[in-house]
Amino acid sequence: MPKRTDISKILIIGSGPIIIGQSAEFDYSGTQACKALKSEGYEVVLANSNPATIMTDPESADRTYIEPLTREYLEEIIRVEREMSPGAGFAVLPTVGGQTALNLAIELADNGVLDKYNVKLIGANVEAIKKAEDRLFFKDAMQKIGLDVPKSALVNNLKDGLEFAGKIGFPVIVRPSFTLGGSGGGMAYNREELLEVLARGLDFSPVHEALIEESVLGWKEYELEVMRDLKDNVIIICSIENFDPMGVHTGDSITVAPAQTLTDREYQAMRDASIAVIREIGVETGGSNIQFGVHPTTGRMVVIEMNPRVSRSSALASKATGFPIAKIAAKLAVGYTLDEIPNDITRKTPACFEPTLDYVVVKIPKWQFEKFPGADENLGPQMKSVGEVMAIGRTFKEAMMKGVRALDTGKRVGSEKIEPKILTQRLVTPHPERLSYIRYAIRQGHTVKQLAKMTGMDPWFLYQLKEINDMQLEVEKHPMESVPTEVLRDAKRMGFSDGRLAGTWRLSGKGDQEKIRHLRKKHKVKPVYKRVDTCAAEFESYTPYLYSTYEDEDEAPPTTKKKVMILGSGPNRIGQGIEFDYCCCHASFALRDDGYETIMVNCNPETVSTDYDTSDRLYFEPLTFEDVWAIYEHETAAGADVGIIVQFGGQTPLNLALPLKHSGAKIIGTSPESIDLAEDRKRFNKLLEELEIPQAPGAMAASLEEAVEGAQKIGYPVLVRPSYVLGGRAMVIAYDEETVVRYMKEAVEYSQDRPVLIDHFLEDAIEVDVDALSDGEDVVIGGIMQHIEEAGIHSGDSSCVLPAVDIPEHLLDRMREYTFKLARALKVVGLMNVQFAIPRTSMNHVGTVALGRPVERSSAEGKVYVLEVNPRASRTVPYVSKATGIPMAKIASRLMTGRKLREFLPEFIEQRKDLDTGNCYYVKSPVFPWNKFPGVDTVLGPEMKSTGEVMGVADNFGEAFAKAQLAAGQKLPTQGCVFFSVTDHDKLHVAEVARKFVDMGFKLVATAGTADVIEEAGMPCDRVYKVKEGRPHVVDLIKGDRIQLIVNTPAGQEPFFDEKAIRRAAVTARIPTITTLAAARAAAEGIAALQRGEVNVRALQQLHAERVAADGGH
Amino acid sequence: MQAILALEDRRVFRGKGYGAKGECYGEVVFNTSITGYQEIFTDPSYAGQIVVLTNPQIGNYGTNAEDNEATRPYIEGLIVREFSKVSSNWRSQQVAEEYLEQFKIPVLADIDTRALVRHLRDNGVMRGVISTMETDVDKLVAKARSIPKMDGTDLAKVVTTNRPYVWDVGERSHEPVEVVGVKDQPERFHVVAYDFGIKQNILRKLRSEGCKVTVVPAQTPAEDVLALKPNGVFLSNGPGDPEPCTYAVDNIRRLMGRQPIFGICLGHQLTGLALGGKTFKLKFGHHGGNHPVKQLNTGKIEITAHNHNFAVDPDSLPQSEVELTHMDLNDSTLEGLRHRNMPLFSVQYHPEAAPGPHDSHYLFKDFVKMMEEWKG
Repeated sequence: MPKRTDISKILIIGSGPIIIGQSAEFDYSGTQACKALKSEGYEVVLANSNPATIMTDPESADRTYIEPLTREYLEEIIRVEREMSPGAGFAVLPTVGGQTALNLAIELADNGVLDKYNVKLIGANVEAIKKAEDRLFFKDAMQKIGLDVPKSALVNNLKDGLEFAGKIGFPVIVRPSFTLGGSGGGMAYNREELLEVLARGLDFSPVHEALIEESVLGWKEYELEVMRDLKDNVIIICSIENFDPMGVHTGDSITVAPAQTLTDREYQAMRDASIAVIREIGVETGGSNIQFGVHPTTGRMVVIEMNPRVSRSSALASKATGFPIAKIAAKLAVGYTLDEIPNDITRKTPACFEPTLDYVVVKIPKWQFEKFPGADENLGPQMKSVGEVMAIGRTFKEAMMKGVRALDTGKRVGSEKIEPKILTQRLVTPHPERLSYIRYAIRQGHTVKQLAKMTGMDPWFLYQLKEINDMQLEVEKHPMESVPTEVLRDAKRMGFSDGRLAGTWRLSGKGDQEKIRHLRKKHKVKPVYKRVDTCAAEFESYTPYLYSTYEDEDEAPPTTKKKVMILGSGPNRIGQGIEFDYCCCHASFALRDDGYETIMVNCNPETVSTDYDTSDRLYFEPLTFEDVWAIYEHETAAGADVGIIVQFGGQTPLNLALPLKHSGAKIIGTSPESIDLAEDRKRFNKLLEELEIPQAPGAMAASLEEAVEGAQKIGYPVLVRPSYVLGGRAMVIAYDEETVVRYMKEAVEYSQDRPVLIDHFLEDAIEVDVDALSDGEDVVIGGIMQHIEEAGIHSGDSSCVLPAVDIPEHLLDRMREYTFKLARALKVVGLMNVQFAIPRTSMNHVGTVALGRPVERSSAEGKVYVLEVNPRASRTVPYVSKATGIPMAKIASRLMTGRKLREFLPEFIEQRKDLDTGNCYYVKSPVFPWNKFPGVDTVLGPEMKSTGEVMGVADNFGEAFAKAQLAAGQKLPTQGCVFFSVTDHDKLHVAEVARKFVDMGFKLVATAGTADVIEEAGMPCDRVYKVKEGRPHVVDLIKGDRIQLIVNTPAGQEPFFDEKAIRRAAVTARIPTITTLAAARAAAEGIAALQRGEVNVRALQQLHAERVAADGGH
Repeated sequence: MQAILALEDRRVFRGKGYGAKGECYGEVVFNTSITGYQEIFTDPSYAGQIVVLTNPQIGNYGTNAEDNEATRPYIEGLIVREFSKVSSNWRSQQVAEEYLEQFKIPVLADIDTRALVRHLRDNGVMRGVISTMETDVDKLVAKARSIPKMDGTDLAKVVTTNRPYVWDVGERSHEPVEVVGVKDQPERFHVVAYDFGIKQNILRKLRSEGCKVTVVPAQTPAEDVLALKPNGVFLSNGPGDPEPCTYAVDNIRRLMGRQPIFGICLGHQLTGLALGGKTFKLKFGHHGGNHPVKQLNTGKIEITAHNHNFAVDPDSLPQSEVELTHMDLNDSTLEGLRHRNMPLFSVQYHPEAAPGPHDSHYLFKDFVKMMEEWKG
């Protein structure tokens, strides 16, 4: 069937910010869908609040709305778009934006919005979505087609839940209806637990409903990725078998593709079932994911659930097979049939087939419990991992070993800390460290049978781990000097890294891996690169999607073209997320256009960077020195000039920069030495002194005594941290000696080489982020972002606004000057980020400056401190690029190849002006995973905890802020009661802010000191106790739904306790908390906008065009 | 145990030997199925062939008595990337290596199977020798060159049954997963099945659809078949070149129009020959479970199991009498035909699957329907 011509405009709904359970995979699928539909000539409209994505690049869609993903805003987008083309066939594609998009589509349909504006749903229909998502409908549907499901009952109260659980027996699983990533779900082993889990589950469910289900704990778990077209052709793209048995959310399971332990009969029964499911549910076109449980000894197969959309698993399946599910799904949605779409990889055969694999793929999740002390680390039906790696090998063993080293834990494989006392617990209870414990247990002589019993894992998988251990023992038998070639070769074929071999032979220190590399060279053991081609080599493949393995034949002959190799950022992590993938993709796009052969190296299956058509060559490989160096050697083998970009992928590639350079690789852009210098506190301090740039007083300490003495000298509070940090890991703010002592004793390891850094903490300061482009001579500031939160919170966790709203021009100039100086001193070629702190005393009377209208101050008063400099891509690059319309990462990558900034931004250099944000304000706000970690302290600090970000755009700061808050899930109230508790410094201005709220009809409540000020200004104000003072205190009011907005500006350590309690209560009750007066003013303006009932949307392309036009007019 | 594969063009692969010690000879072909190695081992159509499996992990789920397609393995030898030393599945009864050793089938493992597959893809299938004893490459290559070529060889008469027998096991008795409410149909028709190397799942499918099946040797004369008073005749899959099987072509000609006929694979090729068409050898054949086949009348696609080295040339068929019904979308090979006037149809691929997807099971129902409607 040819494509539909009754539609000409398609709205794609994205998935919003990165959260646990909805990550970069939806940027990958959304980007594919945009590209596919645009190339078919449709007018593509995109709605997504996440600025860090490739899909929200202005080129991806015809009109891009970076707006909150709520019904109101989507309705407005639809209204505007309908108005623009009254007669056009208009459709919404809701299946590539995760659960968020699907839920919104249902809401739009149920509220009559789609009908009102005559908009069709494509890719899925409302009935199908409801049938798949509503567990009861789904269960009925399955039984109707003769498929088995776990016994279950839907309940909406605790009593019914208890009764049913009593009937089927514990344990039972609780699954709230309509939540994503299993939010609020859990397992209950007894009545008491059920009461707790069920209460939470009902609360999380938007329809106050949860399913109580027979436990299939310990059963084998499988997933099939299915696609269907309008002609009812159905194909299976990939089978996935979980290494962890049922009971662990599939996002938290190690998974393997293809399924390894099913016979053809069993697999085909599952395939038949999947086809029956997709037909019965009525997903007419597109991809779905269907999960099965199989009893390990009887083979009873039950259907667990279905996602009628592309998912994390479909992204994994796409990368695992080379079959681009989202792209094909988009084409099917507009009426193509599978046989009409060619397979990109083979070119000659159609997409209507089932990929076959001649390799094994292993996905391993990445958890970050170290960021959330106190969180329950046991794994269960609710997803907790923040990212994942995928590894490809010719055998399960090889893929598993590559996956483990791709995790980038910073620890050497095999060096994990094992506590033998908790061995049984770690084996029986699913936990992030379980794999390490299994390996330990094997080494201790546990049998496969014993382990299978304890873990519920399939013995075949465990036997593979045993074989790895056997190989380890074999290697240990031979001294390195006399190891037989065959043993070395077998070990490498099994996936042993050079590092692991070095460890086995007790090599240590620098050059240990190099010794192994030389040994391999001597024995002629080196990797070859094979292709992922969807067809197990049956047909020729035209896409160099590659993985390394130790075999005979190489399928990636090195070319002699000039090349650029881009090192990606590996698994998604807090602090190293999709923003870096965005930069890597941009480098590849730009340099490909410039005629370079671009080579991407990454191991994250969720991303756009690992799409096979993002770069000329994709190496799906771990980002370790060994793997990257091997690719470099391979690519240079024919004499090609290869430059490596390390500054776009976050910390992971930066860690490789110096070793690569020392081994002779060519790093392009800012030199690794400069990057290193910026991280080396001693040398960096010296540089700042030379440049006469002020910094907060600091010290270094390699002992407890030095630390205490240093802190004393600097003056409390102090910020204490290790000298090399990743995403603010292990940082604390210490208000007293006791905290410093505890930190030095417990929190970190330090040495003369790696001392602890102690800086004076600028408590009462505004923080500012500056992103800049530099070619070593000229520098252009991309954006000066003013943080809205108080100082001391990690920049990734702060809301910020572009342009700065109330920083005096002379201070902006000072920051520009420092940035220029630093860029030149560090010889930055590419991107640079500088973080500044401005003490409030420098900004006297700032509070009275009208928002958005900074006034020129002539005096030279006021200091600006440099906090840190990162001569590399920062988290804010995509945000700034979207706000300014200038693709900074693309320009930066071109600068790295030797081009000059004057080619791209001559007017900005000449006029010494920053990139322009036009007449709009762009607010970026973070999104936190608190709901996944109940009970965890929600206080923000110098360690980053947010998983993603959103952007709000408006022509006034208030509305932009309100939009960003809304997009981040914090709905500002339009009426009710505002709680104020502010620091003494802020008491000067609190009345003025409070007035705004009173004028808008809000009631006020405040703690004593603040209340005094407010009452003095003539406003009525209720008084409430602080938590420490007595009851009823503020937390009681929050819990009693009597406060709708919290303005609490923190000061020092004393009120810390109060703040903690307030914040935790506020997070639970989903009440917005504001921590600076600037933000409170912004909120007031935002609330005013909300009260006016205005819902304004603007397409990015339109904003950029308006700005260009305005510039032209000057 | 060291083992070596030598191909007739002197390409050599060295790896580890599993299964039986010794030597085996055959045409080296590759199969891209992910699952179903046991069915592949025991498919008589693989007689005379050494099979390379592209799935690198073979043997994981062991073997069991239910999944055999014949009473013994028919592959001459097996080539895999990794052969599991253990098996894990609730139905597993024997480790795959033990199973093959019991039937003296050598296995070459730990070689770069993808390189071998690419070699066969680019150069076509060719003869080869696996040896766990001989290391002299020249001698092995000479041996490879000395074995008879597949083209022109009638293997059907080698693998066929000696004497007729009745089959009465349906597939339900084998299903590992009970499908609620589905049972074998009561016996309504009598089908005589020519055994050119028949797979048991064809027999199970026929039985399940309500057919009593009498299996007869490949060279059984048409008259003897008619004497059994069948409601329909089935022409099975099988190994080798269809062209030399002139006896079968003659018998089919004599049965055409007198009984409803359904042919699969070799049975399809023989039908093509009986209709006056020609067959030819494919460069590396179709062996796998993921081939898209288009029903030319409806445009619908089936994902199908294939195992054929030869194909019927559609241009050689008399189009006035023969309707082309199915086509492979990968390379446009003819995959099915139907006679316009007589009750006769055949497919090149394997609707019985085993291993493979079940999309084409409807063909057995079509056969039953044809028998129902046949007033002959």
